[in-house]
Amino acid sequence: MNIIRNMIISAVVLALFAVAGTFFVSYTFDNTIDRINENKRLALLRSIHVLISPTAHDNDIFADIIQVTNKKLLGSKKPVTIYRARKDNKPIAVIVNSIAPDGYNGNIELLVAIQYDGTLAGVRVTHHKETPGLGDAIEDNRSDWIKTFAQKSLVNPETKGWAVKRDGGEFDQFTGATITPRAIVKAVYNTLRYYKEHRDTLYE
Amino acid sequence: MSDTSYSKIIYNGLWVNNPAFVQLLGLCPLLAVSNTVINGLGLGLATTLTLVASNVMVSIIRHWVRPEIRIPVFVLIIASTVTIIELSMNAWFHELYNILGIFIPLIVTNCAIIARAEAFASKNTVSSSFLDGLFMGLGFTAVLVLLGAMREAIGFGTLFQQAHLMFGEAARGFTITLFDDYRGYLLAILPPGAFIGLGFLIAGKNIIDKKRLAREKLLSNEQVEVPAPAAS
Repeated sequence: MNIIRNMIISAVVLALFAVAGTFFVSYTFDNTIDRINENKRLALLRSIHVLISPTAHDNDIFADIIQVTNKKLLGSKKPVTIYRARKDNKPIAVIVNSIAPDGYNGNIELLVAIQYDGTLAGVRVTHHKETPGLGDAIEDNRSDWIKTFAQKSLVNPETKGWAVKRDGGEFDQFTGATITPRAIVKAVYNTLRYYKEHRDTLYE
Repeated sequence: MSDTSYSKIIYNGLWVNNPAFVQLLGLCPLLAVSNTVINGLGLGLATTLTLVASNVMVSIIRHWVRPEIRIPVFVLIIASTVTIIELSMNAWFHELYNILGIFIPLIVTNCAIIARAEAFASKNTVSSSFLDGLFMGLGFTAVLVLLGAMREAIGFGTLFQQAHLMFGEAARGFTITLFDDYRGYLLAILPPGAFIGLGFLIAGKNIIDKKRLAREKLLSNEQVEVPAPAAS
């Protein structure tokens, strides 16, 4: 009988701790979740506003989104979010959250901002796992490489130029890292192709 | 508890029994996050906070948790504490959280924390457990910062880069550039650099300890020959 009594007491004590632990965690969760979501939103908005000036649009970019799936051109089986910028209800630009699937270390997530006429407003990397010191020169605070995409389009350079220099294209590679920039150049090019094919439906 | 044992706890945590130098606990976050001073400081402080909180709680409940369930209770306490710290950091230090990323939840698996709960806090008063947690944590932080400084100086040629993630925009100018136009030394930033750096740091500590021991021996020999007034 004593053994069973002990077991019950132990179980009850343990259960009490589990309940208390869960209570404190869920209390903290409830009190931080809004702030965390707001932080994520602000961080994304900051990166978008680096590419598209805040005065260039007057709509709420976060409310004006569509999700599309195109594994071949946007790099993911999953739906990719496209943010749309408009002014006076006229289309200004889209920001495509596309993915470069063939980085050195898995997916590289990009924000590709394309103006209505099909030229790039700019590209930024939002998430990657490339080698520190080599591939991470794609980050805008490590080097200016990613900024070279601004003002490029499908006709500037021509198709042949949309590759790193080693492959005969226009874009620099990094010393010791060719795979990373190659993946990004390809992904940006594909995103532009997707935009050209679907432009009219994207703003609907 | 007397003052001497308090100072002993402090000395233990920072030097004699330093979790990173001597016990070699928590190597995973130690080696992975110590590539810059600020990263090291961020993770070190988060670990310290966890250590203090878990030590105090374990010490408070030490009399009425039966020995047979104490480990699961410790695990529960540590896991909840870390989750709460993770959520708070995500809410208030969002950019730093983005960098330390997966290493914050990994504090749960830092065995230094459960080791202190089991070896110290479950047997000692709340105040000395608090102190133990604080100084074990600070000892761990000191090693993280030191290793971070070594790796950042060699790897990037700077110190305190990205200080604004922790101290706000005003700290953007904290970055010290040690060498102008430095091309970087990749090995120091990659994980092998962490192992090599930690090896040098531990070797350095051992040399200091050995020298000190030799000096103490010399001193005690002299004391036998010339009886001097006892030192404190």
